[in-house]
Amino acid sequence: MEHIVTDMGCNASIDDRAESKSEKAIKAAVLIQKWYRSTRARLEISRRYSLTIFQSIEYADEQDQAQLASFFTFMLERYADPDAVADASISPSVSHQADSYLTEYENIEVPDSYCGPRLSFPLTLADANALLHAFKDGQLLHAHYVLQLLCETRRVLKEKPNINLVSVSYSKEITVCGDLHGNLDDLFLIFYKNGLPSEKKPYVFNGDFVDRGRNSMEILIILFAFLLIYPNDVHLNRGNHEDYVINLRYGFSSEVLNKYKVHGKVILYLLQDVFSWLPLATIINKKVLIVHGGISNTTDLDFLNLLERNKLKSLMRPPKPEADREEQAKEGTPAARPSTCAANEHVTRKTRGVSSSGSTELSRPNSQSGPTLKEWKQVLDILWSDPRKQNGCVPNKRRGGGCYFGPDTTARLLERYNLKMLIRSHEFKREGYELTHGGKVITIFSASNYYEEGSNRGAYIRLNPDLIPHFVQYQVRECTDKQNYWERVKTIERSALQTLREKIFAHRSTLTEAFAKYDCNNTGKISVSDWAAAMESVLCLELPWRTLQFHLVKTDTDGKVDYMSCFHNMEIAQSTEEVQPALVETLCKYRKDLEIIFNIMDEDQSGLISFDEFRKTWRIFSSHLGIDAYDASIDKLAQSIDYNKDDYIDFSEFLEAFHVVHKRDKKPT
Amino acid sequence: MSDSAFTVFFFFFRITSAFLKYFSCLLLHLFWCFYCHCTQIGNKSIGNSSVNLSFAFPMFLFADGAVAEIEKKIIEAFEVFDHECNKTVDVREIGSIVRSLGCFPTEAELHELLAKVEEEEEPTGYIHLEKFLPVMTKVLLDRSYRPIPEDVLLHAFEALDENKCGYLTKDELVKYMTEEGEPFTEEEMEEMLSSALDPETNTVLYRDYISMMIVDEPEDLPQ
Repeated sequence: MEHIVTDMGCNASIDDRAESKSEKAIKAAVLIQKWYRSTRARLEISRRYSLTIFQSIEYADEQDQAQLASFFTFMLERYADPDAVADASISPSVSHQADSYLTEYENIEVPDSYCGPRLSFPLTLADANALLHAFKDGQLLHAHYVLQLLCETRRVLKEKPNINLVSVSYSKEITVCGDLHGNLDDLFLIFYKNGLPSEKKPYVFNGDFVDRGRNSMEILIILFAFLLIYPNDVHLNRGNHEDYVINLRYGFSSEVLNKYKVHGKVILYLLQDVFSWLPLATIINKKVLIVHGGISNTTDLDFLNLLERNKLKSLMRPPKPEADREEQAKEGTPAARPSTCAANEHVTRKTRGVSSSGSTELSRPNSQSGPTLKEWKQVLDILWSDPRKQNGCVPNKRRGGGCYFGPDTTARLLERYNLKMLIRSHEFKREGYELTHGGKVITIFSASNYYEEGSNRGAYIRLNPDLIPHFVQYQVRECTDKQNYWERVKTIERSALQTLREKIFAHRSTLTEAFAKYDCNNTGKISVSDWAAAMESVLCLELPWRTLQFHLVKTDTDGKVDYMSCFHNMEIAQSTEEVQPALVETLCKYRKDLEIIFNIMDEDQSGLISFDEFRKTWRIFSSHLGIDAYDASIDKLAQSIDYNKDDYIDFSEFLEAFHVVHKRDKKPT
Repeated sequence: MSDSAFTVFFFFFRITSAFLKYFSCLLLHLFWCFYCHCTQIGNKSIGNSSVNLSFAFPMFLFADGAVAEIEKKIIEAFEVFDHECNKTVDVREIGSIVRSLGCFPTEAELHELLAKVEEEEEPTGYIHLEKFLPVMTKVLLDRSYRPIPEDVLLHAFEALDENKCGYLTKDELVKYMTEEGEPFTEEEMEEMLSSALDPETNTVLYRDYISMMIVDEPEDLPQ
């Protein structure tokens, strides 16, 4: 294409010149077209890998949380229980404690100055509309009404079976929504496009209402309100994020504690119980199974329908062995191994006289034991599993819980229970929905712009009486959004790479070790293959490292990677040169988790904890992680950050110091 | 050129560029290839053609790992589109894969490439990695379909700008892109306009447009 320049003015005759001019134009057009198509394709690729980066880091994070879960619950038990109950076991005692909080709302006065919505129970559509208007204006519902609402919701949810059987009459359509994750704008958009829930417009909300987004509380309030107004037409399934341990990490707990400074803890406490009463699945017209995650090859719907779902407050805590052994003695079979359907039914009917529906008592004096391992696994599978293309059913390593289930698993389950299809959510989908397993499995994801502005659409399903799904997509757009598609993808890419670089930086010492193994002569350079292998072995993110290479490291003309260059553009906010780099790195990596722990310990929500508490916590945390305590180092570090020198640490200041900062951060606002 | 002949030619090409360093390996490799050919070691049938893959075996001795690197890069790009995880991709994705590896082929050049990688008997709509890999490796080693330098791109726009006013009207651009060369689809045209068109003047200020779009990525491949 360099020919264009040299062709100019070479020809003598006018005709020839004219021809060469149009030839020129054609050549220019071809060049521009091929340039555009290639640039466009590469934009598409970068969008793809940006989303892959977000997703991989998200799942890796979820896995980490599974490991820290037992630590968090231990901390919670020691510090956060409003009654400071010393007893470590959590299931029946929590319900018992929750009883006293059920009527707590009566003691909370609503001041005259409060101008938000005032609910009157039983709720009516007027109350729901008042809530919608209030939330559009950014108002908060007063804690009195929140607690009253939760109390009523619990009463209604308890009446429902674990597997909700819904019949949709011939004239109606039913709408199924997926993950909302605190995106209130998406819920408003769905109601705007599809209409509010009513007897004529039944809805199923398939879990993950909370975490990550900023309005999880508002979404819960709206969904619970509609549930109370139309209990037979609004159906809620539990998702893996309806779990207090997960909420600690992914933002819902913080949101509640921030919005409700005085009563936040009580609200969260009640919510633990309410979440555990959410049904596990919904079946429409005995043909369509709707669960949040998926299934496994051992999923037993009959067993699931009979277990006591409220005993599973959090799936992040596998049940205690004693309960398991007790159950083993009763069943006469090892609890972990899957048994045949008939044997299950027989056994469960024998040992569980009381079903979980219809009971109005709050605590069960008989069942002191928690859930069994089998019950826990069955529920974990339906809330955490993901479909995959290959046959078979294997543990879901990416998430750390549930399975990957193949088309054969789906086919077998659908046949066994005479079902037509499975609708699930749980996984981010760029178009808001996806069909797989020959159309038998539908993933529906209703949180648009999940990772970043412009990252994806949301969608919902309208199921007609013939149970043919009709998909409606949408995407929330900021009014001030002036960016075109190109700029939006570039923004997403920048954001994804920044997240990735932070993760790389947080693993600096492990990565440096891994690189050094390949660099025998200490040249500072290794081959691309070695670099990619080292990155994957440490980070375990399954990313296309060679494609990302040029964004992450410097490569010289020989094709060798200057591996330390990936750390060059970042630094830790606080210059902490006297302190061991390994300690600093650990603090960076676990910054978010430490924040949670400090929040738990901070009884009066003052933002300060004493030196002693800080040291004690750090010691417990580091021993749990299996790292050296660095006692003296931690002291020195804390002192250097204690600006007031009054033996109290402002922990958000402390943690802010370990924020990874990008040196040349020119992110556009 | 048949596949086995290609492999040998390919080898010679590599050797020429690294001649001094690898002279002794050259002799060894020649001997090895001759031996393989005579004894049919490593002769493998892929479709109707047969390839002697073991010709490539001693390449690691002198190839600097460069070929291996390129192949890994291609495999990685391929796997991004291999949704079934069975070493095949939809034929419609080949263009994206080739472009994601830093190449700027015309549509015609893409069709030529496709002809080399498609199944010979009847197109199944899927391309196998086995066929794609050697063809794409050659493309990258030959440095075919190189990126377009900014100044060349600018000259192309200037060639369409008859009045030399520094911009193209919307109609002018649409006419050229949808009627000349390898015409855009309506979708492609709309997309280009969404980022190229200055909404206030309804023109394409091509200098600004180019500066915005040129991504500063070094695309030199290891040699």
